[in-house]
Amino acid sequence: MIDMRPSLVLVLVIAVLVGTGVYLLLERSLTRVLVGAVLLSNGVNLLLLVAGGAAGRPPLTGDEGPGPSSDPLPQALTLTAIVITLGLTAFLLAMAYRSWQLHRHDEVQDDVEDRRIARLAARDERAFTDADTEADTGRGRSSLDEEAAELHDDTDEGTRGGAR
Amino acid sequence: MGPLDGWALSTDATWLVPIPVVLPLAGAGLALALYRRPRLQRLTSVVVLTLVLVVAVALAVLADGGPLVVDVGGWAAPVGISLVADRLAALMLTVSAAVTLCVLLYSLAQGQTEGEESAPVSIYHPTFLVLAAGVNNAFLSGDLFNLYVGFEVLLVASYVLITLSGSAERIRAGTIYVVVALLSSVLFLVAIAGVYAATGTLNFAQLALRLPEIDDGVRLVLQVMLVTAFAIKAAIFPLSAWLPDSYPTAPAPVTAVFAGLLTKVGVYAIIRTQSLLFPEGRIDDVLLWAALATMVIAILGAVAQDDVKRLLSFTLVSHIGYMVFGIALSSAAGWTAAVYYVVHHITVQTALFLVVGLVERVGGTTSLNRLGGLARIAPVLAILFFVPAMNLAGIPPLSGFLGKLGLLQAGVREDAWLPMVLVVGSVVTSLLTLYALVKAWNKAFWQVAPEEIRPVHLPLGMVLPAAALVVVGLGLTVAAGPLYAYTERAATALVERTPYIEAVLPDGLRGTGESDEVATGGGGG
Repeated sequence: MIDMRPSLVLVLVIAVLVGTGVYLLLERSLTRVLVGAVLLSNGVNLLLLVAGGAAGRPPLTGDEGPGPSSDPLPQALTLTAIVITLGLTAFLLAMAYRSWQLHRHDEVQDDVEDRRIARLAARDERAFTDADTEADTGRGRSSLDEEAAELHDDTDEGTRGGAR
Repeated sequence: MGPLDGWALSTDATWLVPIPVVLPLAGAGLALALYRRPRLQRLTSVVVLTLVLVVAVALAVLADGGPLVVDVGGWAAPVGISLVADRLAALMLTVSAAVTLCVLLYSLAQGQTEGEESAPVSIYHPTFLVLAAGVNNAFLSGDLFNLYVGFEVLLVASYVLITLSGSAERIRAGTIYVVVALLSSVLFLVAIAGVYAATGTLNFAQLALRLPEIDDGVRLVLQVMLVTAFAIKAAIFPLSAWLPDSYPTAPAPVTAVFAGLLTKVGVYAIIRTQSLLFPEGRIDDVLLWAALATMVIAILGAVAQDDVKRLLSFTLVSHIGYMVFGIALSSAAGWTAAVYYVVHHITVQTALFLVVGLVERVGGTTSLNRLGGLARIAPVLAILFFVPAMNLAGIPPLSGFLGKLGLLQAGVREDAWLPMVLVVGSVVTSLLTLYALVKAWNKAFWQVAPEEIRPVHLPLGMVLPAAALVVVGLGLTVAAGPLYAYTERAATALVERTPYIEAVLPDGLRGTGESDEVATGGGGG
């Protein structure tokens, strides 16, 4: 049976890394999010190492080495995860820089379209101006509605309107 | 069955299994090296994806006789990484290959007519191929960590594609997309660490044997963590808010391939882990509620939208709910219908996004308040939009109807109140989908154009791939009998679990953990 009791120090380090990582991930500034992501993934990398358990007999070869050998698989996993994190960090950094180029800040913006739809809902308006069924919407929306309503009257007129 | 029999089997056809992963990766490298020669670059990607499609079809036929397994690097299953093509994986592979090829052809024509500014050709093709490789790797993976790598490969490619050209809007949408995807990957990695600590293996087949032996509570925690990580990727409510925000801003072909494939990889991962690793179905009730919420809430979101791309993104989320419904039934009938629905939805949703790309091209916008009268300007588009729209809404006799019917039957067969609630929810969602799509169709194609729309020449190279996908969607109706039988066999194998486990671990269900070289004392490798 492999000894699976993890070292308390490692667990505490993981807890601190993941905790601060999550905190930073919730920030608006992309640079902080980036730092948060780095801390978070380092915490998880340590977790992978802990998952390997304590050192023991070397795998596969069967013979006893000069001393106990640690499980190589979590190390391979960690290595892969580190490489992936590196790529992601570079990409996030590039995005933060591009955001700064465009807006002179790197704050994560709200979904513009979603805000628009939400405003419509708050004012209890429809997303659509239904030219076909509502001849006069009575909201003073624009001349487009009136124009469309005029053209609606018969199909012949509508044809001209459409083909214009 | 001895190990030698396995080897004899592997000499005939299993060499095909890694090709859908290796070929696009090699093609991506070649395409990147050819960045100064756009024409050769395009040729490379088309040839590569066509070959992948051929291989995928061959695999789907061969996998019907039993799962094909390749132990990468010659190390036997529990130690080495296995690539497994069973019916489910091969079917997903085939559909995804067909869809990626169509989208690629579409984007070729778009790139040629719009010039370089909206599609930087030198980056687009290599990234697109890497995306295909990642998706295929996720489908073929027989190993939890390899699945993670597949996810990361496709995600990193998708980050590049979603922020293509780096405009302000795309950077905004891309930021949210990247951060959310990153979070789900971290969750997945934590789950992997947990699984490894608890069982000492990451191989699906070996996990299937070892997981029942560990503590019930630990197993439940692992299951919930894995499903949460996949649910973010699959956009299951309440983890779906990122999708309608980020997808619509990307270029049309990119949105189309994302909508078709990326969420479905998450759904596939849920099917795989639920069926093979956690067959007790202890979180089925939670999944059923999540499926109901996904269907109903997202379709209400779709009804509120006045932009076709966003509307379709919401229907995409909504219809993920149907697949989760089928998965959460944890029965052969439910899984059969879910897999058929995934196949149907990939083709139809991608086709719709491609057609909307054409609509945007003709009308210059995707806002329904500004579109109009397209039926006169581009009657072909009206048909191309109408057919997949009706298909998505589930109008008989199209494949959407057949998929939904299968789900409803499977739900009724459960004979419990919660599946019945889901059955009602699915019907309501189906009707609301019809409402949302018919409204979009009326607005875009039949209302009097609020603004003058000048007729634009539609390149045949864009119309044909979109039309091809629409026809494939119709073909799913025509070939529904054999296809449904195929998904039924796939689902039966998922319920039995033994075909998969025995194929990966042939040696007395345990595997020796030794490579052929070590076992026979031979050198090399």
